[in-house]
Amino acid sequence: MTQSVLETRNLSKSFGAIKAVDDVSFALQKGELLALIGPNGAGKSTCFNMLMGQLKETSGQVFLHGEKITGLLPRQIWRKGVGRTFQITATYSSMTVIENVQMALLSHHREIMRFLPYATRRHHPEALDLLDMVHMADQADRHCAVLAYGDLKRMELAIALAHNPSVLLMDEPTAGMAPKERVALMQLTAQIVDNFGVSVLFTEHDMDVVFGNAHRIMVLNRGSLIAEGSAEDIRNNPLVQDVYLGGGSVFGADEEVLDA
Amino acid sequence: MELFIAQILTGLANASSLFLVACGLSLIFGVTRIVNFAHGSLYMIGAYTGYTLMQVLPGAIGFWAAIALSGVVVGIVGVLIEILVLRPVYKAPELFQLVATFGVILVIQDVALLLFGPEDLLGPRAPGLRGVVRIMGEPVPKYDIALLVITPIVALVLWYLMTKTRVGVLVRAATQDREMVGALGVNQAWLFTGVFALGSALAGLGGALQLPKGGADLLMDFNILAPVFVVVVIGGMGSLPGAYLAAIIISVLNVFGVTYLPQSTLVLMFVVMIVVLMFRPYGLFGREEVAGEHGQVGEPERPIKPASFRVRLVTSIMLLALAFLPLLGSTYLLVFLTDILIFCLFAASLHFLLGTGGLVSFGHAAYFGGGAYVAALLITYSDTPMELTFVLAPIGAGLVALVIGWLCLRLTGVYFAMLTLAFAQLVWSLVFQWGTVTGGDDGLVNIWPAVWLKPTVIYFYFALIFSVCGILLMRHVQHSPFGYALRAARDSQRQAEATGIDTRRIQLIAFGFAGFMGGIAGALFVFSKGSVFPNELEIARSFDALIVVFLGGVKTLAGGVVGAGFFKGLEETLLRFEYWRLLMGLLIIFIVIAAPEGIVGSLRKVGEHLGLKKAKDQ
Repeated sequence: MTQSVLETRNLSKSFGAIKAVDDVSFALQKGELLALIGPNGAGKSTCFNMLMGQLKETSGQVFLHGEKITGLLPRQIWRKGVGRTFQITATYSSMTVIENVQMALLSHHREIMRFLPYATRRHHPEALDLLDMVHMADQADRHCAVLAYGDLKRMELAIALAHNPSVLLMDEPTAGMAPKERVALMQLTAQIVDNFGVSVLFTEHDMDVVFGNAHRIMVLNRGSLIAEGSAEDIRNNPLVQDVYLGGGSVFGADEEVLDA
Repeated sequence: MELFIAQILTGLANASSLFLVACGLSLIFGVTRIVNFAHGSLYMIGAYTGYTLMQVLPGAIGFWAAIALSGVVVGIVGVLIEILVLRPVYKAPELFQLVATFGVILVIQDVALLLFGPEDLLGPRAPGLRGVVRIMGEPVPKYDIALLVITPIVALVLWYLMTKTRVGVLVRAATQDREMVGALGVNQAWLFTGVFALGSALAGLGGALQLPKGGADLLMDFNILAPVFVVVVIGGMGSLPGAYLAAIIISVLNVFGVTYLPQSTLVLMFVVMIVVLMFRPYGLFGREEVAGEHGQVGEPERPIKPASFRVRLVTSIMLLALAFLPLLGSTYLLVFLTDILIFCLFAASLHFLLGTGGLVSFGHAAYFGGGAYVAALLITYSDTPMELTFVLAPIGAGLVALVIGWLCLRLTGVYFAMLTLAFAQLVWSLVFQWGTVTGGDDGLVNIWPAVWLKPTVIYFYFALIFSVCGILLMRHVQHSPFGYALRAARDSQRQAEATGIDTRRIQLIAFGFAGFMGGIAGALFVFSKGSVFPNELEIARSFDALIVVFLGGVKTLAGGVVGAGFFKGLEETLLRFEYWRLLMGLLIIFIVIAAPEGIVGSLRKVGEHLGLKKAKDQ
């Protein structure tokens, strides 16, 4: 088997007595669009934050191209070629759209500590190309604080692609967007995966988005992976149906369902 | 052992008014999020009101009634301040209100001077409590014993009010989540007013209660401010038990300090504060601040761009005009302009931190005064050539800034601001109390520039070149990748860290850089005056810079310089009037209310409105 791009082994996180993420192991293959779904409180965001170094794991490891990255800071993980977008957009509200992207490019080219050049003149064509990729080139010089939320999300995607990452982590990429925009954004992402061979792991609430685009789906419930497979497999998995349509397992009334 | 106990009792008695003032400040901050710089002024009004009432009301009953009435009077003054000055600016950017409270300080200083005269008033003794009692053979003033009883009672009443009554529940709820309390149908405006009144009344009580031990004078507003801030920060912003404990710690420590380390009482207080914050960054009883993305409250800042040809042309013409001013031949004008230039550089260095970095430093005087003192010490003790001094002074100030920044940047928001203030005060108290080296209160004199630089005209050009180049350099850095990274760290630390930017390192370097530039201003200052005194390191100096930056416009590039030029000029004009502080204070309050985006920001709005300037983005 070829080496996976991103892999977790027995990743766990406890908050006090609560096991938010419990012994999660999975692997992301090159060029794959992998979805991580699960009901609210399943541990998706906790899992994500550990992958990005924002949260320290209780036990387990994360490997990037076979190299252990657990314990590194977010900015160190980014340097190793992992990009991310946030559930709630995090953008530089005092800058224009293109400056937001240029900022990531400046960091990528290690020019942050330069005092002499004008920042806006650095890597302008490169930034414009990135914006073009997400169909935002025509808005490059707008103040990002006036953008619609869907446009901000696309801008964030351009930022995340700035350092030519091998892995892209997207935490609820379509949260807060209109249904039409959601589909468009995920199609765009799928396109980028196809064109550039980026591997994407994303969490999502909107099942249309998930089933329409993901190559493979993992289901997390109460901290544990309970299913994994193609859209068809997941749709027909009784355990997943139980988690999403009811059966009480979310509330812990029926432990056997999980253990079955 | 006997002396030890007597000293502890004295310390506890001294803690009384400190506690009252501090818990008032803490309450106000907890609910309204306003750092009320005018709290020392309320304390001063309390003292003067108490004194006046004690002259009128007879006997023991009159004495205690006067104290209680002072609380009421100051509470009413607080209500007036809240309604007239603060209500209109609650929606303004975070910390903008503190400029308004600074205006209030100035107004109250002159009103007090007007009403009570310039003489220091010796507080009357409390009737029936004039003598001392002997405790284990040591004399302890009776009034101290009374204070020992009164403070816990007041504390208990407050505690009861906060924990057992509906009002208290509302206040505590508002401290944790104002919006939620508003959503539940509580009229926030009156809750704020009520809390402000209570906090002010406590300050007034504190001022009146300390009369028999101290008295009343016009400097007591600033003098109480530093210890009160220290107490509030050590105890934890918004915590009453914290304020009580911290007031006791500081007062007892002070009494022992006077006995055993008389040269370092002031230093001691700040050292304790720093030690506490090292281990408990949010104070003994404070909770971690739920800070949002800081510094971007209100309308988001506009994108910046390099100055257009037109702006460059206008600036060049203005600079050229400045360069020709010596032809007018007025020495007075040249000295005055040199002062303005130096102040502009100082303000611009703070603006760099505050505007671009979003780092609200309350203690920027440490680097201005620091640079001045490094220069003065070098000249006094090692006969360093002046030219070299101009290199070493900014480096010294920059190093001080790096150390202070490194220690302060662990915190954010108001705690960060308070800690920078505390460190600046530490520097001040070191200089003030280490008289053998720094000359203490007498300062360092005879610090003149080299012969070639002595003529006023030459020095004017020298200051012009340094200030203009310094300001332009800072402006350029704001457009450089480093400046953008600094702005990125301010706008969204989360995104910046997630894209490889070490935000703390960027901020630390910015802190050092701003300190360095402040140090240049300090060096220019000391050689233009020929002397330096500890007041260049004082809170008031830091506030000067803060005010002009806020009033100039934080969210604009030119705000610091324009504000500094405007206010220095204005001050010079107003100084001719006897009650210039009153005028200045009223003007500051007016600008805060009428132009909450500062002078430059508001002018830009007006310009856009009139169609003179193209509005960005439709």
